[in-house]
Amino acid sequence: MERETLHRLLHDMLLARVFEERAAEEYTKGNIVGFLHLYPGEEAVGAGVINATGPSDYIVSNYREHAHALMRGVPAGKVMAELFGKADGMSGGMGGSMHMFDRERRFMGGYAIVGEGCPIGVGIAYAIAARNLPETVICFFGDGAMNQGAAHEALNMAGLWHLPILFVCENNHYAIGTEVHRHSAVPEMYKRAAGYNIPAERVDGMDVIKVYDATRHALGRIRRGGGPQFLECETYRYRGHSMADPGTYRPAVELKAYQAHDPLSAAIRDLEFRYPSADELTAAGPDGIAKLMQHMVDAGHAREAEVEAMKKDVQKTVDEAVKYALDSPQPTMDAAWRALRRNQQHEILM
Amino acid sequence: MAQEMLYWQALNRAMDLEMEEDPSVITLGEDVGLYGGSYRVTEGLYAKYGEWRVRDTPISEGGFTGLGVGAALVGMRPVVEIMTINFVLLALDSIVNGAAKITFMSGGQFPMPLVVRVPGGVARQLGAQHAQRLEQMFMNVPGLRIAVPSTPQDAYWQLRQAIASDEPIILLEHELLYFTKGQVDIVAEGPPMHRAAIRREGRDLTIISYSRHALLAEQAANELAKENIEAEVIDLRSLKPIDWDTCAKSVEKTHRVLVVEEDCRFAGTGAEVAATLTERCFYSLDAPIQRLAGLDIPTPFNGTLEAATIPQIPDIVAAARELHRAGQETKAA
Repeated sequence: MERETLHRLLHDMLLARVFEERAAEEYTKGNIVGFLHLYPGEEAVGAGVINATGPSDYIVSNYREHAHALMRGVPAGKVMAELFGKADGMSGGMGGSMHMFDRERRFMGGYAIVGEGCPIGVGIAYAIAARNLPETVICFFGDGAMNQGAAHEALNMAGLWHLPILFVCENNHYAIGTEVHRHSAVPEMYKRAAGYNIPAERVDGMDVIKVYDATRHALGRIRRGGGPQFLECETYRYRGHSMADPGTYRPAVELKAYQAHDPLSAAIRDLEFRYPSADELTAAGPDGIAKLMQHMVDAGHAREAEVEAMKKDVQKTVDEAVKYALDSPQPTMDAAWRALRRNQQHEILM
Repeated sequence: MAQEMLYWQALNRAMDLEMEEDPSVITLGEDVGLYGGSYRVTEGLYAKYGEWRVRDTPISEGGFTGLGVGAALVGMRPVVEIMTINFVLLALDSIVNGAAKITFMSGGQFPMPLVVRVPGGVARQLGAQHAQRLEQMFMNVPGLRIAVPSTPQDAYWQLRQAIASDEPIILLEHELLYFTKGQVDIVAEGPPMHRAAIRREGRDLTIISYSRHALLAEQAANELAKENIEAEVIDLRSLKPIDWDTCAKSVEKTHRVLVVEEDCRFAGTGAEVAATLTERCFYSLDAPIQRLAGLDIPTPFNGTLEAATIPQIPDIVAAARELHRAGQETKAA
C-alpha cells in the first residue's frame, strides 16, 4: 500500500478519535446537548471505506456519522459547530449530531431512524443508473438495521435492478444494548445479502488496511457493472450506544478483548467508562499507536517523529474546531423558516 | 382549448406532458408500468418512456417511497404512486421522517421534488382496510403540502404543478372521481396549487369542502336554492396550506360556515377550518361554525352502513338548512 494512503488512513483515524473524545468532553461541559453517538473503536471502518471512494461518489450515513463526515473531508469546525447547534454547522444548526449533510461533498445525510438510509441510498443509486453515470453510493448502517424492513426492501430493489451501491454494515455487535446473537437469527450479516443476490463479504473491521482493500475492490466491481455489493465490517464501539448509555450490559472482558485488538488501543487506557482528557490522549504518546502505527513504522512508511507530528496536528485541528464552534453564532428563527421554505422559490403561501 | 376528459385521463395527460418535457421526471409504484396503473393513470407511459422512467416496484411501499426520496435528493423528479392510501401507512417513515424533513434538517441544502400520488377515500364496499381517509395525519406534518383535486381540470393542473415544484407534495386522488368527466384545458395556466376555488356564489352561508365532497356540496347547494337558501361553496383544493383569505372573505359575506368532509370528524380538516376561521372571523359570524364529517368508526363493509358513515347530499342539505335557521334566530334575538 502506498505510503501516502497509509498516512491518510492514520490521520483520519486519529482525527476521528480525538474529535469524538473531545466531543464527549464538550458534552459533559454542556456545550453539546441531546443525543451524541460516538465512534471510538470503529474508526478503521469509516477511514477504510471512505478513503477508497472518489469525490463523485455519494455517502449515506446514520446517526453515528460525525466521523464519517470528517473522513469525507468536511472541516472539523463545521462538524463540531453542528454538534453545538450553531449557525456555522454543516446543517446550520437545524440538523444536529444525527442529521449532518454536505451537498458539496455528496455527504447525503445522517439519518436517525434505523435502516431508513438504505432506501434513500438505493434511490440515489437508482438516479445514477437511470442516468448511466459512473458514480456509486456508499450506504452505512449497523447490525441493528439488518432487522428493519426498510433495509431488506432496499437490498431487494438494489439486487433486482442491479444498482451501483455498496452496502456497508458496521457490525459493532450491539443493537443499542442487545447483543447480535440475541437480535439476529443469522448473526453473520453478510450471509443475509445472499437472499437478494448481492455479493457479500465479511472483513475485520478493526483492520483499516483490510477494510480499505475490500472497499476498493467492491467499488471496482460496481464500476465495472457488477451491481450492488455488501461489505460487513466486524467492529466494536468502546462506549455506550450514546452519551446517555454507560454500556453496562457488556462484559468487561469483551471490551478488553476488543481494545487489545484496537488499532489505536492505548488511546483509551481505562476500562472504566470515563472520558480521557486531552492531556491523557496526548500522553498516550507513541505507545498508543497500535497495529497501523506499528505497521507503518516497521515497514518504513513513517518515522515516529512523523506520527508525533500528526498527533499534534490532529489535536490542533480539534482545538480549533471547538473554538470555531464556540465562536459561531446561534442560528435565528428566521434561518429556520428559510431552511424549511428553501424550495418555495419566492412563492407566497397564504 | 378545452376538451372533455375523465379524471384519470387528465392525470395521465399531465404525467405524459411532464415526462415529455423533463427527462428527470420518473414514476414508480406497484403496477404502474406494464399493467398501466390500477386506476389507469400511468397507462401508455411504460411503452413510451421505458422501464427506467416508469418502474414497476415490488410491494414495498416504505422502500420505494424512500427510493423516491433518495432520487429526489439528486435532482430527479419522482412521482411515487401508492396504490391506495391505506398502504401509505407503510411509507410513513419515508414521507414524514424523510421527504418532509430533509430539506429542513440539512439547513436548506437539498430540494425535495417528490410527488406522492395516493388514491383514497371511501369507494364502494372495499372494507375497513381499503376505505379510509388519512389526510388529517399528513396535515399535521410540517414540510409537506397536500393537494386534493376534485375535478379533472384541477387534477391536471395540480399534478403538473406538483411535479414542477421542489417541495414534497401529497396528491390525494379520490377513488370515486377517476371516472368523472369534465372539461380540461391543457394549455391554460391554472391558479396556484394552494388557491381555493369558489364553485358557487351565495349570500346565506358558506359550505367549505374538498375533494369528492366539494362536488356533493355543490349539488346540495342546488337543492338548497330551491328553498331560497343561497349557499356559497368553496372547494379548498389544498389542505396544506389552506387558502384562509378566500375562506375569510366568504365568511364576511355570509356570516355562517358549514365544513363538510369525508374524513373522520375528530381532529380533522373541519376542526382546523372551524378553529382558524373562528379565530379570524369571530365577530363576523352569526352562528357557531358547524362540521359535518365522517363518523369516528372504521368503514363497515355493508353498503347501507358504509353510506351511513359518511355525509351524503341530504345530510349536507339538512345541516345547511339548520345552520341557516340558527343564523336567523341569532339575528332576530
